[in-house]
Amino acid sequence: MESLLRIIALTRKELLAVLKDNRARNALLLPPILQCLLFGYAATYDLNHVPYAVLDRSHSTESQQLLSRFDGTGLFERVASLRTQREVSDYVDDRRALLAIEIPDDFGRRLEAGGRADVQIIADGRNSNTAGTALGYAQSVVEGFNVDWRADHGQPGPPVTVEARAWYNPNLMTRWSMIPGLIGTLTMIQTLMLTAMSVAREREQGTFDQLLVTPFRPAEIMAGKALPSMLVGIIQATGVLLVAQLWFRIPFQGSFLTLYAGLVLFVLAAVGVGLVVSALCYTMQQAMLFSFILIMPFALLSGLTTPISNMPQSLQYFTFVNPLRYAIDIAQRVYLEGAGPGVLMPDLWPLAAMAAVTLTAASWMFKHRLQ
Amino acid sequence: MKAQGAWRPKLRRILALVKKETRQMIRDPATIAVGIVLPVILILLFGFGLSLDVSNVPLAVVLEDSSAPAENLLAAFELSPYLHPQVVYSLQTADRLVMTGSVDGILTIPSDFGRRFGAGHATVQLLVHGSDANRARIIESYVDGAVGAWSARQSAEDGTTVAGGPVSIQSRLWFNSANDSHYFLVPGLIVLVMTLIGAFLTAMVVAREWERGTFEALFVTPVRSGEILVGKTVPYFGLGVLGLLLCVVSGRFLFHVPIVGSLVVLLGGSMLYVLVALGMGLLISSYFKNQLVASQLTMLATFMPALMLSGFLFDLRSMPAVIRAITYLLPARYYVSLLQTTFLAGDIWPVILPNAAVLAIMVALLGLASRAVTHKRLG
Amino acid sequence: MTPPVVIGKDLRKTFRARGNGGEVRALDGVSIEVRPGELTALVGPDGAGKTTLIRLMAGLLAADGGTLRVLDIDPAVEPQRVQDRIGYMPQRFGLYEDLSVQENLDLYADLHGVTAAERSQRYPQLMQMTDLGRFTGRLAGRLSGGMKQKLGLACTLVRSPELLLLDEPTVGVDPLSRRELWVIVQHLVREQGLTVLTSTSYLDEAEKAARVLVLHAGKALAQSEPAGVTRVAAGRSLALDPGSGNNARNLQARLLDDPEVIDAVPDGGLVRVVRAGDASAGPARNSIAGLTALPVEPRFEDGFMVLLRGTAAHEAGVDIRLQRPLPAAEAGPVVQVRDLIKRFGDFTAVNDVSFEVRRGEIFGLLGPNGAGKTTTFRMLCGLLPPSGGTLKVAGVDVRSAGAAARARLGYVAQKFSLYGSLTVGENLEFFASAYGLRGGIRRQRIDWAIRQFDLEQHEHTASGELPGGFKQRLAMGAALLHEPHILFLDEPTSGADPLARRAFWRRITALAEQGVTVIVTTHFMQEAEYCDHIAIMDGGRVLAQGSPAEIRRLAHPAEGRQASMEDAFIAVVEAARARAGS
Repeated sequence: MESLLRIIALTRKELLAVLKDNRARNALLLPPILQCLLFGYAATYDLNHVPYAVLDRSHSTESQQLLSRFDGTGLFERVASLRTQREVSDYVDDRRALLAIEIPDDFGRRLEAGGRADVQIIADGRNSNTAGTALGYAQSVVEGFNVDWRADHGQPGPPVTVEARAWYNPNLMTRWSMIPGLIGTLTMIQTLMLTAMSVAREREQGTFDQLLVTPFRPAEIMAGKALPSMLVGIIQATGVLLVAQLWFRIPFQGSFLTLYAGLVLFVLAAVGVGLVVSALCYTMQQAMLFSFILIMPFALLSGLTTPISNMPQSLQYFTFVNPLRYAIDIAQRVYLEGAGPGVLMPDLWPLAAMAAVTLTAASWMFKHRLQ
Repeated sequence: MKAQGAWRPKLRRILALVKKETRQMIRDPATIAVGIVLPVILILLFGFGLSLDVSNVPLAVVLEDSSAPAENLLAAFELSPYLHPQVVYSLQTADRLVMTGSVDGILTIPSDFGRRFGAGHATVQLLVHGSDANRARIIESYVDGAVGAWSARQSAEDGTTVAGGPVSIQSRLWFNSANDSHYFLVPGLIVLVMTLIGAFLTAMVVAREWERGTFEALFVTPVRSGEILVGKTVPYFGLGVLGLLLCVVSGRFLFHVPIVGSLVVLLGGSMLYVLVALGMGLLISSYFKNQLVASQLTMLATFMPALMLSGFLFDLRSMPAVIRAITYLLPARYYVSLLQTTFLAGDIWPVILPNAAVLAIMVALLGLASRAVTHKRLG
Repeated sequence: MTPPVVIGKDLRKTFRARGNGGEVRALDGVSIEVRPGELTALVGPDGAGKTTLIRLMAGLLAADGGTLRVLDIDPAVEPQRVQDRIGYMPQRFGLYEDLSVQENLDLYADLHGVTAAERSQRYPQLMQMTDLGRFTGRLAGRLSGGMKQKLGLACTLVRSPELLLLDEPTVGVDPLSRRELWVIVQHLVREQGLTVLTSTSYLDEAEKAARVLVLHAGKALAQSEPAGVTRVAAGRSLALDPGSGNNARNLQARLLDDPEVIDAVPDGGLVRVVRAGDASAGPARNSIAGLTALPVEPRFEDGFMVLLRGTAAHEAGVDIRLQRPLPAAEAGPVVQVRDLIKRFGDFTAVNDVSFEVRRGEIFGLLGPNGAGKTTTFRMLCGLLPPSGGTLKVAGVDVRSAGAAARARLGYVAQKFSLYGSLTVGENLEFFASAYGLRGGIRRQRIDWAIRQFDLEQHEHTASGELPGGFKQRLAMGAALLHEPHILFLDEPTSGADPLARRAFWRRITALAEQGVTVIVTTHFMQEAEYCDHIAIMDGGRVLAQGSPAEIRRLAHPAEGRQASMEDAFIAVVEAARARAGS
């Protein structure tokens, strides 16, 4: 009882200190929302604007038909109609065109004769991912052309067609996977740093000694530091969640209860990591650098920007101790798939374990390193 | 004669400051952490950890048909280096595999596949898990490609000529024919490391002098504020160049990224960017005079944009107009373009010159601005 | 006669207070002259405007009003020309702590354009003067506080400036280092004809200057030679003998409430009193509060207090009666330290320290910087585990003791550690909860603290924005909320002005009278007079222990002067160091 009251007092103080200061409050709530908005728009592998140049040597109706299909998509923007091969390399080299489409002079003749024709597409591979995506778009434009051509000319369709459908994200929008992933990422950056620095700040300003001389027990101090950070973390997550639903209108499929259960476990693990950092650091600068050095691999190896299954096996092992990996999985799956707690067990228990380990370690370190 | 006389003490003061700054830089654990540990972590992560190249996609194949063409198609999948099919016999099993994340999608070969293939129009169904949209799209095109190639081969064997469409694409990926994502990750990595060393470190360094009160005594000496700025710039510029060499060497020899353009352009452009980053760090910290605020702001204003808004990962042309407009203000954008071109495409002056020019203008502007906010005044 | 080096007329400077938009008038029409070849001292309590005035001269700030000429240049218009010619040592001389002593010196020599030939002559001088020769390779951050100040001075003196500005060069420096620093400065003035302006809050230092300017709340109260200030108290200084069996500090506390008394301090077993009223009016009364008073020679401090009292209101009486009186005295000492040892690696910070403190006693830990007193103190509070020896506070070891034992302690840290972003009220509420106060008692105690420490008008001010003196009061208030039985105070009066220090000690003595045990560390040797018991530490050892009178007897005072506590301190430390050296 006494203990609980003391923890509440510490939590209240901590929240007051964070929320009263205008700058601190803004620093906690604005960046996640701004970043979420920014990344929602910026962090996408989807292309909606592919500048391309054409070298049409055929000048046939067929080539016109094919090209008008490109122009009709709204994705492709023709920046130039070229005459020479040299111009192709100019346009691609200096990045005026992402793709260059070259139609050979016998294109129309070959098609008229019922035969096959090639078009050559050159892609700027300086960003091979973008180039690959653009080529994929071009492929589907050409396929559309093929299907119609066959139908118009009484030719049989291809022997096998693939009917592809994507679950949970029918239009395969990067944003749909990115933003639920950001719920965890943005929350982690701030909670980890906030926790790590809150103890370091007390050490630097000398108030930590003051706390230790009061009847607070180390475990109570830890709880009093963990609770406010968790609260702030959950509020931030809620902010990002609201942006996802109200601004980007990404349909939420799962249950909030499951999502928040997962988030609480995740924030607890993040706070635990923050507390361990804070037990090791004496100054705010150290705490900040240390958390920064941790956050970097956590964020890059979380599966948010590149898939975990692409990573070499050794690094995949590392991701097992990366709380963010699980948080992103939980957020994406609850959000997009409507996954329930049963399916999420493989994500939930590692988080719980991590929280248990880090919190225990932190409290041990607090007890043994109090100086 | 007179001008020379005025220059000598100036030079001596700058030299003294550079010496002091270099010593501090070497002795400060924060410099080691941000200037060396972080770049190495980043190089390793980017080099080994991150890859957008999808291969060995685990795929559940629900084989409902046991006809020869169906078995044949499955064999084709098994041969593909990109796909890793796992045969199951019921959709429920496949569903479960998707749910637990052991496969990324389900390919169903329906029971009438063999019969309809014989009739000339069979279908297979592909369900991909869309929660990673980029990956899902790549998987779709892999499956498409594998099926297309297989049917083309089949048709060729059968003697029927209509394999594939009448029009087919011969695509060529210039500058990265191997389609290796390291080719664009390494230049991006250099941008990040240069930003870290240039902006993040200097932001802390100037603010630290304000915080520790070391400026007050320094101000009441013959030293000029411009000299203090130069004194700060030189050693960190050196550290930046060191970091650059580290990245270039590991990119070239560890990750085998070619350097098509000339090394002079590469280094020259990078030095310009290091100066821009230094300028931003100096400006932010001269203005805020507080290590924590300065470093968090640098993080938000330089590092995140260099990661997200530079065109290194995400295509700038596809961003909404407002965000695209913002990217024009960010030096990272110009540097990424310059680097990717020099590394992979060569010395293409129409790309290099405008980008370098913008960077040079930024250096000048930032220099003037930092000069303007660094007064030898307190309060 | 050569013209003055600095002429300031009617200088004004106002700062905007952070947060509440209020204004602080740092300088309110101050005029000053610094004559060549002389040592001029700026004296005044904290926040009087000393630093602001010096910064104006250094061209680091521009005045809002008035005129200022330094070396016949206006420093606000051409700061660089002034900065090229003067030397300036700020209050916190920003040594580069990660550079060595030699590297710091070289940096400033390079910046000032000192040639190699000049260096070879100058460096040995500086090293000899500051006694830093042995440490040239050591990182500045590893020097003790006093040595850092000396290095700062050396960096300022790498060449002979036309004017030397020193901003509180001795703040936070122990008496020994303080004396050494002053020897250096006085030597420079006498031998090299240097013009020096120094600010200080130590009144004994001001007496050594040729001229003093007394500043208070941004106004100049006096500018004259030091004797001119001392003369203000002429015929008013008296010494009272409390009589055998009576405590000097209790008498002093009583005297402070007397409206006829301007100032009273315990001094060498007696109480030194400065009487109110015009000195020229009538014969000096020689009895106060029924005790016989002997007239004594006035000191600079007496004159200073008279000047200050002219502007500040007499502080209301303190009421610090405990609401829950302490239980009857237990037998035996309250604090017991035996053979205490603390090692950090192979460095022994505290070596075999033993002492005892009885209930209701005030125990003072004195010592130069790095003597080990803060380490001892932190072990007492349970903040550091000892490496050896036993340590009992109220019968238990605080480190292993439970919450209940700690609830009987009060602790005021050196920097008055409060939560800067929380208001005064919120800080008090937090500490009340921390100590488990609830309901009516909690409200009552918070109200008490606010009233007792005059915090009413600041209740809603963020504690980080409080003036220094109020921070100390709030820290005291927070530490006393739960009426602790034992109070730990780490340098509680460092940087506080004389008025605040007197008010502070009145509260402490009142608490001790009611049975609260107080352990305090301090740099001010006069404050040791308030203690029942003191221990002088150096090099991790207790060099001397006893009552103030016993300690004073260890001094070898200069001819015809009564031994002060400071003399005793210096004698004890020097003797011990000489023994260690031989």
